[in-house]
Amino acid sequence: MIPELGRFALVLALILSGLQAVFGIVGAGRSDERWMAAVRPAVAGQFVLVSTAIGALIYAFVTFDFSVFYVASNSNSALPTFYRVAAVWGAHEGSLLLWAWILAAWTLAVAALSRQLPASFASRVMGVLGIVSFGFFLFMLCTSDPFVRVPMDRIPADGRDLNPVLQDPALAIHPPLLYTGYVGFAVAFAFACAAMLEGKLDQVWARWTRPWTTFAWCFLSVGIALGSWWAYYELGWGGYWFWDPVENASFMPWLVGTALIHSLAVTEKRGLFKSWTLLLAILAFSLSLLGTFLVRSGVLVSVHSFAADPSRGMFILGFLVVMIGGALTLYAWRARELKSPAGFEGTSRDAFLLYNNIFLVIAAIVVFIGTLAPLVNDALGMRAISVGPKWFTITFPVIMLPLLALVAIGIHAAWKRGRLADSRNRIVAGCAIALLAGLLVVYGAYGPGKFLSVVGIVCGIWVIVSSLFDPVDRIRRKLSLSRAVIGMTIAHLGLGVGVIAISTVESYTVERDVALGPGESLSMGRYSYRFDSIGPVDGPNYEGVRAQITVLRDGRPVTVLHPEKRNYWVQRQTMTEAGIDSRWNTDLFVALGEDLGAGRWSVRAQLRPLVDYVWLAAAIMALGGALAATDRRYRTRSVASEAAVTAAEAT
Amino acid sequence: MTPARQKRLLLVLGIVLGVGVAAFLAMQAFRSNVMFFFDPTEVAAGKAPKDDRFRLGGMVVKGSLMKTPGTLDVKFQVTDFKSTVPVTYDKILPDLFREGQGVVAHGRMHDGVFVADEVLAKHDEKYMPPEVAKSLKDHPPPPTTQAGASPTAQTGGAQ
Repeated sequence: MIPELGRFALVLALILSGLQAVFGIVGAGRSDERWMAAVRPAVAGQFVLVSTAIGALIYAFVTFDFSVFYVASNSNSALPTFYRVAAVWGAHEGSLLLWAWILAAWTLAVAALSRQLPASFASRVMGVLGIVSFGFFLFMLCTSDPFVRVPMDRIPADGRDLNPVLQDPALAIHPPLLYTGYVGFAVAFAFACAAMLEGKLDQVWARWTRPWTTFAWCFLSVGIALGSWWAYYELGWGGYWFWDPVENASFMPWLVGTALIHSLAVTEKRGLFKSWTLLLAILAFSLSLLGTFLVRSGVLVSVHSFAADPSRGMFILGFLVVMIGGALTLYAWRARELKSPAGFEGTSRDAFLLYNNIFLVIAAIVVFIGTLAPLVNDALGMRAISVGPKWFTITFPVIMLPLLALVAIGIHAAWKRGRLADSRNRIVAGCAIALLAGLLVVYGAYGPGKFLSVVGIVCGIWVIVSSLFDPVDRIRRKLSLSRAVIGMTIAHLGLGVGVIAISTVESYTVERDVALGPGESLSMGRYSYRFDSIGPVDGPNYEGVRAQITVLRDGRPVTVLHPEKRNYWVQRQTMTEAGIDSRWNTDLFVALGEDLGAGRWSVRAQLRPLVDYVWLAAAIMALGGALAATDRRYRTRSVASEAAVTAAEAT
Repeated sequence: MTPARQKRLLLVLGIVLGVGVAAFLAMQAFRSNVMFFFDPTEVAAGKAPKDDRFRLGGMVVKGSLMKTPGTLDVKFQVTDFKSTVPVTYDKILPDLFREGQGVVAHGRMHDGVFVADEVLAKHDEKYMPPEVAKSLKDHPPPPTTQAGASPTAQTGGAQ
């Protein structure tokens, strides 16, 4: 009964989202207040219905209802409760339901927090979100119904179990966070479409849009970082980023989203870049959809390579064409009417943010080319190619390093008429400190490394030093610091930390594959890994072996690692559980290969300096974003005072 | 031209130039860092690059895996049921590496042997690299071989 209730709720949600779209958009077009008044109840109803649907699926998982095909495929009676809940989004159908639920939650938040916006604008925003929801519900009901039953006579006694690589706490929360980011860009997209429908886009619009966009970006940052962290310790072979198509699919919206939050800053402060901001908002969400298409249609060769089903791919492709095509048509029709008052110097903050946008978009294009080239090649019937990490690690830094220098310089520039001469001292001082500190760190602690890494470390320090000048100066002069400025500073510090960490890992990682038997050691620099023993280990739904490896530094033991090799019974899958000790300056990593005979095992040992700071950096950036997005000016403002402020700022 | 227009023109030129240079560099990097796929038949016919790295894909011949006890060195053979290429490897084989299943290896030819520096097998047992599936479709295996019985059905992967 419960699964049918879930499906019924989905059908009702489909209808409600359709109504939400019609009432929202047509109602606003006809200025019909009764129609517009129906939008918020529709949003609330839709949220309740989708919650019912996802609740029904969770119930089916928790109660081991193996008569539901999706549950039978992704759960097992030996699976712990926590993972039975996480298994809801362990595969295609459930992830879509999760996506739809998150979209409903975002829409509900918009409905609740948009009461001070003009009624027509708010209902258009919710209307556009209604179209997106409608598309996803239709997709689910047509091609990916999670509530399909197994025929009565073939109900299995037990389920096929959740893919063992997904049985992990980080991966249990990675999809919800990532989707919250993806779907959050739908809100920015809806704001953009509503502005185009209204034919009005001003600084107030940017002020409304900014916190939503920044929050979405924060979630996406943390979501990507969690995925990367998971891949590092769970896929078993070290490495935090593989330039895998599915990773790239989440990275492209992040790059464009980063451009968008910076472009929005200019639109809010100066009323410039209006049409560009709109375009970025459309692009960010389009790339989120494209990411879904790439991941879900199975067209890509990937470590994630999810279920391949051409009909699903075609549906998403069609949906993509309708959404992006529709938005771009609207853009072509309306964006020209949105004039930005011209005028800013080439070295003003406005200009630097434009350069930032150009570099970020080029970076996104490069990732796009690298990700899709194999597909295009295939479609053209040419010889199959693969674009590996090597290509990305050559091209990506070439674009990112100049951007970092621009950040370090541009951070000092004033709006409109910034002149480099005004901040010459800060630029020179920052650059000098960074060079000195960077070279000291590189040659003092690590020794000569790759050229690009040295440049990266210097640039990272430069960004950190530069972003601290202004806040420190203000604190010294006892001036107040707004939350927006604190948030921005923290986010830029995060960027600097991330760049230093990535540069260091890329250059100074030591990695060895060796054969070790009990009593044998492998030495890497000041560290050595001593293979002590190996024995059997039993888990709730797997069995395996577990080794004990002592790591010594300068001959003194510092830690004991326990890498495992697990065999999961149900899916008959072998898993490598790495042994990792995260120290403040480096990760000690060891993974167990296979029994080589003669009492020896293959072992992969790694030293990855600063790798944890890559993920920490994402968390810092997200924290900065969250602070900036909750700045006072985004809260407690009525329409009237908005107008007053805008008028005051315009003069 | 007014100064404002001049500035805008310069800006546009700058952007175009920047994008152009970026595209040029990207294409250059593409040439030397993109790997092409070859199946054993093409390798046997001498179509594969003599000096460059490439991707070799096919099925691991049953019973061909030879280990040297106590070391990482392994030898195995990759086949598309028409031709067979010997492969050597001295790193850790992925968990899902199995005889009789699909595999993709990166490396280069050396004296008729494919010296792999990376062997890929993805995290699902049913997974078969698409290129391998396609190549097997071009050269259908003998019907008795269970592993290659329905290569297309096996394309795809984990949930």
